[in-house]
Amino acid sequence: MTLFLVLEQGLNGLQFGVMLFLMAAGLTLVFGIMNLVNLAHGSLYMVGAYLATMFVQLTGAFVLAVVLALAGTLLVGVVVELVALRTLYERDHLDQVLATFGLILFFNELIAILWGRAALYSSLPAWLSGHIQVLPGVRYPVYRALVILVGLAVAALLWVVVSRTRLGMLIRAGASNRTMVAALGVNIRLLYTVVFGFGAALAGLAGLMAGPIYAVQPGMGEQILIQVFVVIVIGGIGSIRGALVGSVIVGMVDTLGRAFLKPMLATFLSPSAADTAGPALASMLIYMLMAAVLAFRPQGLFPARGI
Amino acid sequence: MRTIGRAVLISLVVALVAVQPAPAAETVKIGFITSLSGPAGIIGKHMKDSVELALDHLGRKVGGLDVEMIYGDDQRKPDVGKQLADEMLKKHKVHFVSGIIWSNVMLAVAPAVTSAGTFMIGTNAGPHELAGKMCHELFFTTSWQNDQTPEAMGKYMQDQGLTDVYAMAPNYAAGKDMIQGFKRYFKGKIVGEVYTKLGQQDYQAEISQLRAANPKVVFVFYPGDMGIQFLKQYAQSGLRGQIPLYSVYTVDEITLPAVKEAAAGNWETRYWSPDLKNEANQKYIADFRKKYGYTPTFYGAQSYDGIMLIDSAIRAVKGDLSNKKGMIAAMRKADYRSTRGPYKYNVNHFPIQNFYLLRAVQLPNGELEMQIQKTVFESHKDAYHQECAMKW
Repeated sequence: MTLFLVLEQGLNGLQFGVMLFLMAAGLTLVFGIMNLVNLAHGSLYMVGAYLATMFVQLTGAFVLAVVLALAGTLLVGVVVELVALRTLYERDHLDQVLATFGLILFFNELIAILWGRAALYSSLPAWLSGHIQVLPGVRYPVYRALVILVGLAVAALLWVVVSRTRLGMLIRAGASNRTMVAALGVNIRLLYTVVFGFGAALAGLAGLMAGPIYAVQPGMGEQILIQVFVVIVIGGIGSIRGALVGSVIVGMVDTLGRAFLKPMLATFLSPSAADTAGPALASMLIYMLMAAVLAFRPQGLFPARGI
Repeated sequence: MRTIGRAVLISLVVALVAVQPAPAAETVKIGFITSLSGPAGIIGKHMKDSVELALDHLGRKVGGLDVEMIYGDDQRKPDVGKQLADEMLKKHKVHFVSGIIWSNVMLAVAPAVTSAGTFMIGTNAGPHELAGKMCHELFFTTSWQNDQTPEAMGKYMQDQGLTDVYAMAPNYAAGKDMIQGFKRYFKGKIVGEVYTKLGQQDYQAEISQLRAANPKVVFVFYPGDMGIQFLKQYAQSGLRGQIPLYSVYTVDEITLPAVKEAAAGNWETRYWSPDLKNEANQKYIADFRKKYGYTPTFYGAQSYDGIMLIDSAIRAVKGDLSNKKGMIAAMRKADYRSTRGPYKYNVNHFPIQNFYLLRAVQLPNGELEMQIQKTVFESHKDAYHQECAMKW
């Protein structure tokens, strides 16, 4: 019974981690290759969620809506890169933080103007709302299982693209020495646009998968963004492998902490002390983990070496 | 001739001065703090829209005086709320501060406002501290004390003979008050009591724990966006059909449109509902829907009442804003047409009011609506008023 519960919570942790990974991968790619701190990554997540919700309502077909929303977020990402971010690459990180923070406000207000401040209605299609039997006695929601599968598939696909294709080679080369890559005749600007669009689509994917389970509303992106930054600090900034490992660690630590920290504390503290300390500590765990990583391995667990 | 001429001139001047309008009447300044951005921004919108409707109903005057509203966005953060209040007090020199959704923000703002000698008219948060030891003659609320609503739910569930309850709330001032209030009237067995992070998005881990604890009933307090997320995920976990959900401040006119069938049949307790039949409420609901095109929540009704309460106080002292004693005495009478119907103030300036049981009912067109089922408490007093040293 308890073993099954731990297993189920492990799946929950993995699912949360995978969601974080989709966000972290794009953020870390953009940082590693383009040296750009993009606070507005959460806005692209929100755009993905809104587009998917809108297309589901318009077309009634979930899969079609997913495809359209992905394409839409990619397009929004490319436009943002062309219009706003191009001018920021040569500036220092503080300027980038300020400008992309401005983008957060811009997107939140734009969404509020277009769709209103109230959360949109979104739900799961019937064929995704059931449960599967993982093991005898362990039921798991189909949709959350699907999120895990999609996330792992994206991780595998990213690995193939980065390490086995020409585009991936350019990305790695651009990360290690962009001047040399440009000198060899590669259109580095185009490469940047492609990478940013790609990262935006990943954020959009996370957002559209979050739509049916979370509240689709202005400002939804910032709630997950903080945890994503924790992930890339732990994993090592600029490293996709680090993002994957960091996401799974953060997902697991957060979920298992929320589930089991209080009962664990209750074995040696008074119930009321455990009641107070449990939730407080559980919500701090990932930040304490980040602080520990920063103290003992400031470059992160898997520092980027040409990714 | 010259003297007559001068006399005429002087009398003309005097006459002119006399018919000149009296010196412009004072303007009343009201600072209104709520969450206007981020996930809680929708709650702030309900409140702000209701304030504006109240001003419309009053002919854009409060207590007969011109009014200047200063809105502030606390972003659900106590420190930001405190800064806003300081700015309103020092820069704008407001006569009233009103609003405030979150108890932790209220606990930071209210003492700062009242200690500066300014009125604080709360229109949502009702932390127990302000009802008890920290009560203040300049603090009034048009809402409720946090514990009261869950007390009503606790009473109802106790009367139903329910037991094996699993209770959940966000880990902040109001969350603790809610569970405290619930337990004051519910005497059955509580198999789990879980506090989650304020603003948490994902409840899957908590829902897995809940399922393992195998309770017979679940009681939650998840306002705003947290409610939307919890209700969706609870329904998606398949538990809705198995374990009935009872809640406070979770299923309302903000969350229902976003979750729809995921909240169908849900039980709530509340002091107010759009279907409450009294003239002030019917007018508020009808005009609100006409002006804004959506149905307001209790957050809105309380904020509407807040302006009406201020209006009644200024009216009672004939616009003399320096007469604070007079305004306190007037507000204690609650002499205005509240959207909840008539009520009285307790010694601690918290309302003594009815609490109702509501249910999310599916209408023929598929939309859901909160409907009053029965009265749980009549003229219910909060549990802390005896700790308040105020006498009147």
